[in-house]
Amino acid sequence: MENFASAFLAAFELIVGFDPELVEIVGLSLQVSLTAVLCAGVIGLPIGAALGVARFPGRQAVIVVLNALMGLPPVVAGLMIYLLLSRAGPLGELGLLFTPTAMVIAQTVLVTPIVAALTRQTVEDLHAEYAEQFRSLSVGPVRATATLLWDGRYSLFTGLLAGFGRAIAEVGAVIIVGGNINHVTRVMTTTIALETSKGNLELALGLGIILIALAVLVNAAVMSLRGLSAQATV
Amino acid sequence: MRHATAQQPIRRPQEAASIRPATVQALTFQAGGQTLLDGLDLALDRTSTTVIMGPNGAGKSLLLRLLHGLLTPSSGAVRWNGRAPDRAVRRRQAMVFQKPVLLRRSVLGNVTYALKVQGVARGARRTRAQAALADAGLAALARRPARVLSGGEQQRLALARAWATRPEVLFLDEPTANLDPAGAHVVERMVAEIKDRGTKIVLTTHDLGQARRLGDEVVFLHRGRLVERSPAQSFFDQPQSEQARAFLSGDLVL
Amino acid sequence: MTLFKRLGFVLGAVALAVVAQPIDRAQAQDDRYIIVQSTTSTEASGLFEHLLPKFERMTGIDVRVVAVGTGQAIRNARNGDGDVLFVHHTPSEYKFIADGHGKRRFDVMYNDFVIVGPKDDPAGIAGLDSVTKALTKIAKSGAPFASRGDDSGTHKKELGLWAQTDVNPRQASGNWYRETGSGMGATLNTAVQMGAYTMSDRATWLNFGNKKNFEILVEGDPRLFNQYGVMVLNPEKHPHVKEGMAQAFVDWLVSQDGQQAIANYRLKGQQAFFPNAD
Repeated sequence: MENFASAFLAAFELIVGFDPELVEIVGLSLQVSLTAVLCAGVIGLPIGAALGVARFPGRQAVIVVLNALMGLPPVVAGLMIYLLLSRAGPLGELGLLFTPTAMVIAQTVLVTPIVAALTRQTVEDLHAEYAEQFRSLSVGPVRATATLLWDGRYSLFTGLLAGFGRAIAEVGAVIIVGGNINHVTRVMTTTIALETSKGNLELALGLGIILIALAVLVNAAVMSLRGLSAQATV
Repeated sequence: MRHATAQQPIRRPQEAASIRPATVQALTFQAGGQTLLDGLDLALDRTSTTVIMGPNGAGKSLLLRLLHGLLTPSSGAVRWNGRAPDRAVRRRQAMVFQKPVLLRRSVLGNVTYALKVQGVARGARRTRAQAALADAGLAALARRPARVLSGGEQQRLALARAWATRPEVLFLDEPTANLDPAGAHVVERMVAEIKDRGTKIVLTTHDLGQARRLGDEVVFLHRGRLVERSPAQSFFDQPQSEQARAFLSGDLVL
Repeated sequence: MTLFKRLGFVLGAVALAVVAQPIDRAQAQDDRYIIVQSTTSTEASGLFEHLLPKFERMTGIDVRVVAVGTGQAIRNARNGDGDVLFVHHTPSEYKFIADGHGKRRFDVMYNDFVIVGPKDDPAGIAGLDSVTKALTKIAKSGAPFASRGDDSGTHKKELGLWAQTDVNPRQASGNWYRETGSGMGATLNTAVQMGAYTMSDRATWLNFGNKKNFEILVEGDPRLFNQYGVMVLNPEKHPHVKEGMAQAFVDWLVSQDGQQAIANYRLKGQQAFFPNAD
């Protein structure tokens, strides 16, 4: 228990001291993960919506694969992106390996299935309710999809939040494609891994506490939005 | 329609031929190996209110959906002035479901959405929607999320939304089934006003009183067949068929 | 506008502002950076944090260190993912050059490996001069030994030492010989928890913060010598290599300035690395 006490103390000191390195690391973590979630939204929302509305042969198989990909191990995603971005790989020319951009790509790969799968579920449920009304109003498929996405926006927000949680918390992918380079690709989770390997367990745990606090903060913010708008979602 | 009548007579300048009257020929619908509607022949005139009645499972809602083109018949045909109920025809109709399907947005947003789908210009949507809400007595609730309204208010909103698009034909599936008498009364008054503005009403109901109050003619279904079709007055006073008599006296359950 | 909408706008604006920042600051500075594939021991010991600012101040070149095991660093470099290789397993380094991946290799510095273990020393190896004798005693006693097991420089070194004994530790894998498959720090954490002996480079051990009741038991055997080498990747094989900047870094490391900077680095009051460039 002593460890925990000193971990909290370490976290407290880091926050109160407004340690510039910590600010940089937290900032990069947020930036990489938020950008990844944004990209995953741009890719995953339309895919999920299309899967929720359209009926085509093989759709069930696509859904099964998508749901399975939600559990894609970050290390595997990282490895795939590494092989893709390595100088010896097909996209090596871009020189993106060991940059924050590579981390965004890897996290986008991790988050997109979550966003797409949850979007599919939300849109499909909503579509079951709206389908007759849409047909009655002669709403075309594109507008119907847009309507479903808008009306499902609070649930979809939760999906994006789940994606953000996965992105901000994972270490396996970013450490491979980012390289944990000081001041360049070092984020909260890779710092925690590094401090743990240095045996600085209190500091590592302190960083972990800050990470959790950050996640709680983001979730609370989004939930308060949902709460304030709960009437509209009934 | 208190406010709208003076300002907004029904205008459909863009529409060429009316979609009324309608004919139904040998209409059959099968699902899961069962014949749910069996060879219906029917003609619906331009303006009178048609009440579809019958015990549970008679096929009332099904007929409504086939008329509106929500379902495709297994055989036979529905023709609106010669045209199948495709998208263009459906656009000139509207339907209110037993459990109203309201979008997760404001009361006003629900109405403007329908107008937007119909291609009403942005500027006109709001005015028209607000007029329709005023007619439905919902003006004060325009900003509320639609899905927190009471059952009666929701039904009125669905009706206002349908009416805002100025349909030539309005389908109502058990419009007051879940409402208390006061709520039902308001809805009936709205339906009567919409009819007075020249819209053809087709509704299903279990409520004999409602059928009497609103109906010009009654189409009586039993086990997927058309058993009787009469002017409302004579249907209630002198039902022709055995089943209708039993139904009216409360003996016919299925 | 409702409170909800207002809050939403504020949050959205903040999120967008965060996302819209240029994500890679140094990339904006005209690619004035090189990537060094190096080992955990140099990074975890804090050496780079001591050295790099000096070089960066002087040249304006940003040095980005990817710290992984020597084996992985070499593999990354073979793929061309980097400009400089800075590791500690000389035979592998020469192989790397022989295969055409690297230019000339330079000795940079050395330190040594140590055998650490619990203070109560169940195998009784404390103070032995011979590391092979110590390893043999550990094997005989059946006391746990934590191996990196990750193809790192330290791991290769350890296997090389076992090869000089009569023991084949791989046969005891999962028994008393435990391969963590992790970096030095993680392996030390594991060893401390299991009460297992392990071999560490001195710098990582000095900087390790979770020693508990562990201490250095065997040191000073010449066979525990730990040489670091550095080289620029061969631009003929890997055309994107920033040869000029990379060579500048290597040249600085082996220059008098660089060597002095290495010598000056102190970990807990002790010199961690000893410069030995020609």
